[in-house]
Amino acid sequence: MNKTDNNSVGIVTPQFFTFAEPPNEMILDSGQKLGPITLCYETYGQLNKKKNNAILILHALSGSAHVAGYHSPDDESPGWWDIMVGPGKAMDTNKYFVICSNIIGSCYGSTGPSSTNPATGKPYGLDFPVITIHDMVRAQKKLLDYLGISKLVTVIGGSMGGMQALDWCLQFPDVPESAIIIASCAEQSAQEIAFDAVGRNTIITDLDWENGNYYGKNKKLTGLAIARMIAHITYLSEEGMDKKFGRKLQYSNKSYTYRILNTEKDPNRDDFENKFEREFAVESYLAHQGKKFVDRFDANSYLYITKAMDYFDVAEKYGGGSLVKALKKVEAEMLLVSFTSDWLYSTSQAKTIVEALRINNKDVSYLEIKSQYGHDAFLLEKRSLTENKILSQAIKNFLSHAKIE
Amino acid sequence: MYRDIYLRNVYEQIISIIDENSRVLDLGCGDGELLNLLWEKKKVYGLGIDISTDEVLKCIKKGVSVIQEDIDEGLDKIKDDSYDYVILSETLQAVKRPDYVLKQIVRIGKMAIVTFPNFASINLRIKFFFTGKMPKSSALPFEWYNTPNIHLLTIKDFKEFCKKNEIKIIKEIYFSGNGKKINIFFKTENLFADEALFVLQRINVSNNKNINQSV
Repeated sequence: MNKTDNNSVGIVTPQFFTFAEPPNEMILDSGQKLGPITLCYETYGQLNKKKNNAILILHALSGSAHVAGYHSPDDESPGWWDIMVGPGKAMDTNKYFVICSNIIGSCYGSTGPSSTNPATGKPYGLDFPVITIHDMVRAQKKLLDYLGISKLVTVIGGSMGGMQALDWCLQFPDVPESAIIIASCAEQSAQEIAFDAVGRNTIITDLDWENGNYYGKNKKLTGLAIARMIAHITYLSEEGMDKKFGRKLQYSNKSYTYRILNTEKDPNRDDFENKFEREFAVESYLAHQGKKFVDRFDANSYLYITKAMDYFDVAEKYGGGSLVKALKKVEAEMLLVSFTSDWLYSTSQAKTIVEALRINNKDVSYLEIKSQYGHDAFLLEKRSLTENKILSQAIKNFLSHAKIE
Repeated sequence: MYRDIYLRNVYEQIISIIDENSRVLDLGCGDGELLNLLWEKKKVYGLGIDISTDEVLKCIKKGVSVIQEDIDEGLDKIKDDSYDYVILSETLQAVKRPDYVLKQIVRIGKMAIVTFPNFASINLRIKFFFTGKMPKSSALPFEWYNTPNIHLLTIKDFKEFCKKNEIKIIKEIYFSGNGKKINIFFKTENLFADEALFVLQRINVSNNKNINQSV
């Protein structure tokens, strides 16, 4: 825990809310029933008497409810958006009551494929029903009802969090007063679906995955690691990777030409390893990211959540194929943000939403932040980076005219 | 400061022209001050477009809806007569393609309001004549090397352009260097006005089959 940060929310404790107990299970978009459902959530700041100072943060694919602060004094790093949430920060916890709940389908405390299926007493695995972004939002609404909150100052999220924020504005248009949608889209594009499909294929062709029944077997799922490696590339940009890694080698200052000419064969390694060991810094980085991900994320959750993203299509769901028609329902004041080098959720995808809102005479603003960090630009940890300064200023400015007492 | 007074006077004239509750698009809206005033005084539905991050952040702070975009690029997609007024205030001389932008604003707006500094004003002519250097004024405060004003023009140039491109001038207002409205006699505006404001309409505007298409 960083003791020098005076603007940290400090130690926080995750909370749990369980609903949809049988026979009152939640009916999902697929028509299937899910229940009981537990949501893991965290809150920061105080809910005021009128209960009108709440902000709902929506997390991305591999995110959790742990947005800010530390779970224990020994924690090395804070929550995933600590730079944006805390006293005096963009989402000022002296003023706002900030909530984030882990989505259904995930593996960070909310009900997902790794949770126990009450029907069998074993983890759901592939018995878990297909879920959608709309289902995630409907579950969050239950949490708000439980907390007694009927109005939100804003709903805010990046990437898949942005999809949920947009869905909030359409499924429950009278709840959010405003929405901040960052590096996101109104529908998953063919390219995005393609990358997700490759990721899912590496998971299901991994023999250790065993049709999703790998729980309790202490397996290291390399399929999931590779899926993460592929996805991680899509979160960066050519320029960003070039600056970070270039053609640097991981273990040697010598160039690769030198290494080819002077192959010092390690007798303890086989021919393959000597020839194809991870040489380039970028290879090693991706392998590390993949390995780290397997330790912290559930492969089945990855399948279900990427599928939910692939199904996301606001025009089809709410507008009979027309985005303009779909966004007619929006009542919230909207802010869209995208990053110039983001090629996964490109600026043109954000602009499509902006244009459809403009045609509908909605209150919409759009900020395009120059960045070399690609899709990851909204989750950069260093506060001093220009991207973070602009984004945090934009959030602060946008929230400054919210009426709360 | 001088520039602020100057702009305020020009804004006042623009505000007086615009009807209540109309739809207004302000191209190159800067910090959103004009749209903010229009909201306060005329309750317009306003939207700004600006390319600068700093200005966009200022608009967001004021609660002015703003889109960060290059007006030299993105106007094609907006349908005919989408707005009651399109404003191009102190921006025409700074765009890359003034011809494109002018033709677009009379298409997407039922009316367009354009203001720009007149480069043929007597004040600038005298400065140029005696110093032999690029002249400066409250409307043109920059050095030649850092000015955003890459397409300076005169009232005469502008009127010629409108005539050639079937753009009707409905109203013209002229200002002195401090933004004060002045009366012009004997068509001497190109000499005596430091700043001009034009209300424009495209000539075939009566052909209103496209009106309300955007809704």
